[in-house]
Amino acid sequence: MSVDRATVRRIARLARIAITDDEAARLETELNGILDWVAQLDELDTSDVAPMTRVEAMTMKKRKDEVTDGYCADDIVKNAPAVDDHYFVVPKIVE
Amino acid sequence: MTHLTDLTIAEAREGLRAKSFSAAELTQAHLDAIEASNAALNAYVLPTPERALEMAKASDAKLGTGEGGALEGIPLGIKDLFCTRDVRTTACSHILDGFTPTYESTVTSNLWAEGAVMLGKLNNDEFAMGSSNETSFYGDVVNPWRRDGSDAPLVPGGSSGGSSAAVAARLCLGATATDTGGSIRQPAAFTGTVGLKPTYGRCSRWGIVAFASSLDQAGPITRTVRDAAIMLGAMASHDPKDTTSADLPVPDFEAAVGKGVKGLTIAIPKEYRVEGMAPEIEALWQQGISWLKEAGAEIKEVSLPHTKYALPSYYIVAPAEASSNLARYDGVRYGLREKGSDVISMYENTREAGFGAEVKRRILIGTYVLSAGYYDAYYLKAQKVRTLIKRDFDQAFETVDAILTPTTPGPAFAAGEKSGDPLEMYLNDIFTVTVNMAGLPGMSVPAGLSSEGTPLGLQLIGRAFDEETLFRAGQVIEDAAGPSPKPADWWSKA
Repeated sequence: MSVDRATVRRIARLARIAITDDEAARLETELNGILDWVAQLDELDTSDVAPMTRVEAMTMKKRKDEVTDGYCADDIVKNAPAVDDHYFVVPKIVE
Repeated sequence: MTHLTDLTIAEAREGLRAKSFSAAELTQAHLDAIEASNAALNAYVLPTPERALEMAKASDAKLGTGEGGALEGIPLGIKDLFCTRDVRTTACSHILDGFTPTYESTVTSNLWAEGAVMLGKLNNDEFAMGSSNETSFYGDVVNPWRRDGSDAPLVPGGSSGGSSAAVAARLCLGATATDTGGSIRQPAAFTGTVGLKPTYGRCSRWGIVAFASSLDQAGPITRTVRDAAIMLGAMASHDPKDTTSADLPVPDFEAAVGKGVKGLTIAIPKEYRVEGMAPEIEALWQQGISWLKEAGAEIKEVSLPHTKYALPSYYIVAPAEASSNLARYDGVRYGLREKGSDVISMYENTREAGFGAEVKRRILIGTYVLSAGYYDAYYLKAQKVRTLIKRDFDQAFETVDAILTPTTPGPAFAAGEKSGDPLEMYLNDIFTVTVNMAGLPGMSVPAGLSSEGTPLGLQLIGRAFDEETLFRAGQVIEDAAGPSPKPADWWSKA
């Protein structure tokens, strides 16, 4: 599977990363290099293999459905680049 | 008397208990060393001297009354991937500029609860993505080791390059580190230090900046095997805040040190004898085999047939998980924000400016392999290959107790030497990445010097949750190899 320039632009858009034309050209080469290399996995027949989900068989623990944290709005917005009261400020989304 | 900064954690612990020196003196000696060295090595991105002295003073009070935890008064460096309350934590990325957590990671909380002293935050590859510490927003870390007769800067390995350089250069007694594909063991091998990646689930991931959640694991870098056991004992815990944290008792790791390898069977996997491997790496490996044999271990060759597929499947799993984890850096809740004409262009501009080239490359690979129509062909396939890799190890561990391999295909390389080609850099993790894919514990122990006069390491791989066997075998290698030499100090300001 090879990645063309348009695909690089499409995945950059999906990943929400602005890229220049130069970067797109460089990434096209690099991504193809990496994808060609990982294609060696096709040598393996994995049709009867289950995907690995954990190191040891262990049941994931579930905690009680109860509030364990809260009343820390100051902490939550402390590092935000733009804040109004306890709200994150973002560029206008709805006209 | 030896310099306070040359002590091992075990020696410092004795000295503090015997009141040969105070925690404040021990901490000050390290702060002075950081002050004199950091300009040349760039190991610390944020020294925290005031906090260190405050913590040391509190430790002295406890030690004075005969109290204190397992690491009381021991000065440590903390990789900048661990969130530390009220102390800037950036994962060495521009996108986390100025981020100051309002909480503390579980691992560092455990260390402080045992009395450890924080000297500061250590440099690493941006978001722990790299094998040479050349991708940090805060600049390269320089290896305290140099090739014989050369003053060309060498890389300290990565991603925990600040941790490995600081431990080797005596800028802390031990350091926290994290390992997703080799980021503890490879830098340890490059700097003549001991690096342990515990079993996945042994240490809580809560409060550690996430890279690839199914692979990431925290562990120590220290100067001796015993020190690694002491530190891991304090770092490990079951943590309800991390659902992948193992609900198992933490053994007395230090008790395993010195138990020897008599009666153990150590495996040599033939697939690790890779094409083009340097003869001195092969010789080091043979040396390790003889040491273990002389100490009473039985040596057995095993086959791990899916070894060669570990690195390609890693470069699907790790970027896929990274692309998902790093989606949170969008300029809204923390860190950098760049302006845009609308909210999407604000995201795009922020992430363009905030991430470095290697991080972008991995996010894009990850986004591609997870994009519509490709999930089964890439991510699911890679997770199935992980099952095969894990099965190889499970079969081997039916008849052996640990596996011995080289840690890296070669010694520390020069800055800039491998940064041009991502694939060449990735190949540095060829011996370490299998261990992350299978979730097993692995440890790098210094085992000798290369023909260039720089350190080389041997790796021990154990059964899941059997770090104790690694400490037993690791100590045998350390004893046989002799004390790891200290690099000649060229970096301190007069």
